[in-house]
Amino acid sequence: MEQINPTVINLVIFVLAIYVGYHVVWNVTPALHTPLMSVTNAISAIIIVGAMLAAGATDTALGKTLGTLAVTLAAVNVFGGFLVTQRMLEMFKKKERPATENKK
Amino acid sequence: MSMSLVTLLYLVASICFIQALKGLSHPTTARRGNWFGMAGIALASVTTVVLVVSLRADNRLGLALIVLGVIIGGGIGTFIARRVQMTKMPELVAAMHSLVGLAAVLIAIVAVLEPRAFGIAARGAAIPMGNRIELFIGTFVGAITFSGSVIAFGKLSGRFRSAPIMFSGQHWLNLALALAMLGFGIWFFVTQQWLPFLAMTALAFVIGALIIIPIGGADMPVVISMLNSYSGWAAAGIGFSLNSSMLIISGSLVGSSGAILSYIMCKAMNRSFINVLLGGFGQEGGMAATGAEQKAYRSGSAEDSAFMMANAESVIIVPGYGLAVSRAQHALKELTHKLGEKGVNVRYAIHPVAGRMPGHMNVLLAEAEIPYDQVFEMEDINNDFQSTDVVLVVGANDVVNPAAKTPGSPIFGMPILEAYKARTVIVNKRSMATGYAGLDNELFYLEKTMMVFGDAKKALEDMVKALN
Repeated sequence: MEQINPTVINLVIFVLAIYVGYHVVWNVTPALHTPLMSVTNAISAIIIVGAMLAAGATDTALGKTLGTLAVTLAAVNVFGGFLVTQRMLEMFKKKERPATENKK
Repeated sequence: MSMSLVTLLYLVASICFIQALKGLSHPTTARRGNWFGMAGIALASVTTVVLVVSLRADNRLGLALIVLGVIIGGGIGTFIARRVQMTKMPELVAAMHSLVGLAAVLIAIVAVLEPRAFGIAARGAAIPMGNRIELFIGTFVGAITFSGSVIAFGKLSGRFRSAPIMFSGQHWLNLALALAMLGFGIWFFVTQQWLPFLAMTALAFVIGALIIIPIGGADMPVVISMLNSYSGWAAAGIGFSLNSSMLIISGSLVGSSGAILSYIMCKAMNRSFINVLLGGFGQEGGMAATGAEQKAYRSGSAEDSAFMMANAESVIIVPGYGLAVSRAQHALKELTHKLGEKGVNVRYAIHPVAGRMPGHMNVLLAEAEIPYDQVFEMEDINNDFQSTDVVLVVGANDVVNPAAKTPGSPIFGMPILEAYKARTVIVNKRSMATGYAGLDNELFYLEKTMMVFGDAKKALEDMVKALN
């Protein structure tokens, strides 16, 4: 039997992941849509792994330079994205106690 | 380190990202989700570093460069995340989209330069045809994301005018550039030469800017969501090029998330996606309602409104972006607190496009320590307006305009908060100027409506004082 083209395997993963994403994201409460956007910012910065290969596994100076730049840009998103999301979610947390007091 | 182990660890990281999004279904689980996300990216990064080192044992320089990039970028990111004001979140998110886009382009360039480093071709060998198409797609999506986000960032932060920029033949120009880009892409696909690759990348940068300039300020929630989606597809495109399932999974999650948010935003404004993209809507400014005779309206003082709310049983507050502009969230919280002490049931009604990005108003209210269980989405609270004594509209306009129920009105069909059904309506605004849609708001002229003119912060503070 012939080998399956890697692109086809990638496509299978791609379609299944969109399917998962679709269902998971529709379940996100509208109140948290802004944290959703900031956390997806951080998650899309997962391309940092590609950038690391570009910075670390290349031979040419140009490759290393562009790769290091890409690592830096992606790292801004990884740290910035997760931390700002955390900051926002903390705001949603503090409110629980006064709310229950009001209900008494 | 074997590639199979690397791939399995990447799988664990991918699951973590799905958990991160899943957690956001409720505020109580969201923080744990975010920890999952952090753990996922930490695992993926450490795995990659070990992989890089194991590829060549003496790779000190490569390791140093990675650490350098992470420290500099991480430092900047941490600094920004701590300092950014919540009103500036749309700008921050737009800026971050641009970084993902640019990083994707840079990685793609290095992949064309040294495909061996990513394991997609043997040393000196040509890149397989399949990977060339994928590189082409990843690069142009990344480039469009970058320049589009830069324009969006500029418009949001007021560095560029946010009014739409239109000129004749604009869409034809975009189409011609897109076709030229596609042509260079095919040329690259066939020959794997630098010239078509770089020409294609340059054209994609231009196209990204051109597709965002005709879109006006009012449509920014759609634009940000759309660019959010693009940044995901760019990551997925890079994943295809590098045959990395983790990048494909993460990119697709982000891509579908952005697409869903775009859809929700379009629906909330009753506009089709194509219609938003073609642009021209949402002239900035809000000139006084044109034409027509001066209609009569009732204006009152902050003290009057405080009295009315204090004597009400139930109050619904409708906040709009005007609230955030005048930084009145904390005054609003004071008011809510005072009314709560007097036994008034206070709730908030949030229209999906109340802020400058999806969910923006919820974050602004949360920052002001307003409990999230007092804050309701449009569908959940719209039926309650008719049994509500007082509605206080602060800095919102189009989202409460009953014209949306009148056939023939430009905003006909747009879902609105049905504030006009309440027994009494208090509207705080700076003036009688129109909102983004440029429409007169019938709500302001109703007999039961009282206009309180002035800055939102000042007006709310006066109301609080009057309640003491």
